[in-house]
Amino acid sequence: MSVLVDKADLSLKYTAHYTQVKEQLFEGSSEVLNAQRTKAFQDFVMQGIPTRKNENYKYTNLNPSFLPNFNFAHKKEERKADFNEIFRCDVPQLNTNLALVFNGWFYKNENEKGDLPEGVILDSLESIAKEKPELLEKYASLAKTDEDPLVALNTAYAKDGFFLYVPKNVVVESPIQVINLLQNDKDTYTTQRNFILVEEGAKVQVLLCDHTLNLNQYLSNSVTEIFAEDNSELEFYTLQNQHNRATNLNSIFIEQQKDSRVTSHTVTLHGGLIRNNLKFILNGENAEANMYGMAFMDKKQHVDNYTEIIHAKPHCQSNQVYKNVLDENSSGAFSGKIHVVRDAQKTNAFQRNNNLLLTDEANMQTKPQLIIDADDVKCSHGATVGQIDEEALFYLRARGINEDKARLMMMNAFAHEVVKEIKLEPLRDRIDELVDKRLQGEVARCHDCAYSCDC
Amino acid sequence: MLSIKNLYASVEGMEILKGINLEIKPGEVHAIMGPNGSGKSTLASVLAGKEDYEITAGEITFLGEDLLDKSPELRAKEGLFLSFQYPVEIPGVPMVNFLKTSVNEHRKHKGLKELTAGEFLKLMREKMDLVDMHTKLTNRMVNEGFSGGEKKKNEIFQMAMLEPKLAILDETDSGLDIDALRVVANGVNALKSPETAAIVVTHYQRLLDYIVPDYVHILYKGKIVKTAGKELALELEEKGYDWIKSDNEK
Repeated sequence: MSVLVDKADLSLKYTAHYTQVKEQLFEGSSEVLNAQRTKAFQDFVMQGIPTRKNENYKYTNLNPSFLPNFNFAHKKEERKADFNEIFRCDVPQLNTNLALVFNGWFYKNENEKGDLPEGVILDSLESIAKEKPELLEKYASLAKTDEDPLVALNTAYAKDGFFLYVPKNVVVESPIQVINLLQNDKDTYTTQRNFILVEEGAKVQVLLCDHTLNLNQYLSNSVTEIFAEDNSELEFYTLQNQHNRATNLNSIFIEQQKDSRVTSHTVTLHGGLIRNNLKFILNGENAEANMYGMAFMDKKQHVDNYTEIIHAKPHCQSNQVYKNVLDENSSGAFSGKIHVVRDAQKTNAFQRNNNLLLTDEANMQTKPQLIIDADDVKCSHGATVGQIDEEALFYLRARGINEDKARLMMMNAFAHEVVKEIKLEPLRDRIDELVDKRLQGEVARCHDCAYSCDC
Repeated sequence: MLSIKNLYASVEGMEILKGINLEIKPGEVHAIMGPNGSGKSTLASVLAGKEDYEITAGEITFLGEDLLDKSPELRAKEGLFLSFQYPVEIPGVPMVNFLKTSVNEHRKHKGLKELTAGEFLKLMREKMDLVDMHTKLTNRMVNEGFSGGEKKKNEIFQMAMLEPKLAILDETDSGLDIDALRVVANGVNALKSPETAAIVVTHYQRLLDYIVPDYVHILYKGKIVKTAGKELALELEEKGYDWIKSDNEK
């Protein structure tokens, strides 16, 4: 059988599955979600699972990730979320409003009320779509199903995820933490659809933590749409800590209005295959977007960060720093597209991707891409792939610091440039610690690990 | 303390040191002078253990033990200190962490208890005063954003923290104005004792006005071609290196 037929078959498996569970998908779902489903499915049929022939996915082979005979979590399991029993987040001194997403389904924290200000909604997408559909007017307006097959597949299957709404001028003091857990007794495919709306002048920090609770094979395909209105402020942290048999496909779309500020941090500590799509559109003057990413890979892990930022209005600023430390046979990719549209004058757009390869086998692909259709802009990009600076290493050793320790200091230093941008102090300290552990070759888990294992 | 016998070293197949002999006893200060490219910095780097150089012949003993077998970190911990000609900037490594690790590695090697944060800060303040260093070090990365003068002072400050037995100052005077030069020299002199020694590598005599050497060696084309007392430096200053060159071309 030719490779082509194989691939076609694989996509067919997912289209066949859709047809099979179609009723279940529509049933009990809101108008908002169901309205997109059919078109999304057609768009997926047209595109199929992205192969490396797709320019946007050329550095990542998704085929093996879609291959297993997955169980699908299309139905919500009835369970009371006893957070303390399932999961203990051990970031000390981090007071958060906690919610749980379990195999793609949202569960409220019933033990603690939290201290969310009045009017703020942290709930399941499914119930908001039914009860307050007016808040989801912009659903699927950023995540376009005809542009990315993973988005199409997500939208076709989408039932639930988390929904966050911060009304006008409300400042949420404690960060909101959403813990994504994958746990099933069979290999499982999960779909998660999230939506964040931060209204004018509102301010919020969100921390997303991705975890796996056992060693089955997982594929999670999540899509998050974020709307930051005038003069709002959002810090968005994604902490990825799964295992080597997990595939994490994570697409985030953000639209910013004037004077808004959004900062995204993607910290990848562990996972088999990770693909992060992060797309910003700066749709109002004087908006600022910061995108930070770091990944620490070993064994045969693969991380692919794909960013896109559209400067649609003048006087906006964007800043990207992505760093990868690749050990053993791991591989990484970074593609960053900056598009300054016509008349988006006085744009400042910066992008940097630095990579540290610790072995000859590790490899990295990096592709910056600038499309500039305005003439009064400042844009820059830079990428490096290299080893540890030997001169600096010698300097440390010449002060009595042994080679291993000196290397570790250098690797930490490399990562620190990104770590230090984490504004949430307890999180920053914890990440610092985890990064240090990770670089020392220990399994760095940010929670009480139920499985002491090598994956 | 240090004994170099018939040392040959090359880098990428090019021979740079061609039979160096040098004996240094405790309490002595040796100046090594010479024109550009004569091998001064190579000698300093070889002593500190830089791996870019291949030792093709000869031997070095330090405190009675073979030096060449030892890693750079072990050499440092046993009391050898190189003040770098070009101290490297290391973004992301905080100065204070670096120094604390360094000091504690030295202490562990000597069988001493590691310093607590408080003890360390106290020692740091003391030594900063000694070298008249006013650069704020907290929240600074190793040498990052330091001016040329600050970098050199920082080297002497590290030396004061580590209290080496043998200090090698590789062109510590280059790029310093006269005030900074004096400060650096005062720092070096303050650390002098009958048990310690120093090798001062320099182009110019002016540093030697402040750090008075017991011996002056002239290195030329990888060999020590002349050794004398401190008056040799003055002679060099007056005549330049040409007479050395012409003497040795014959």
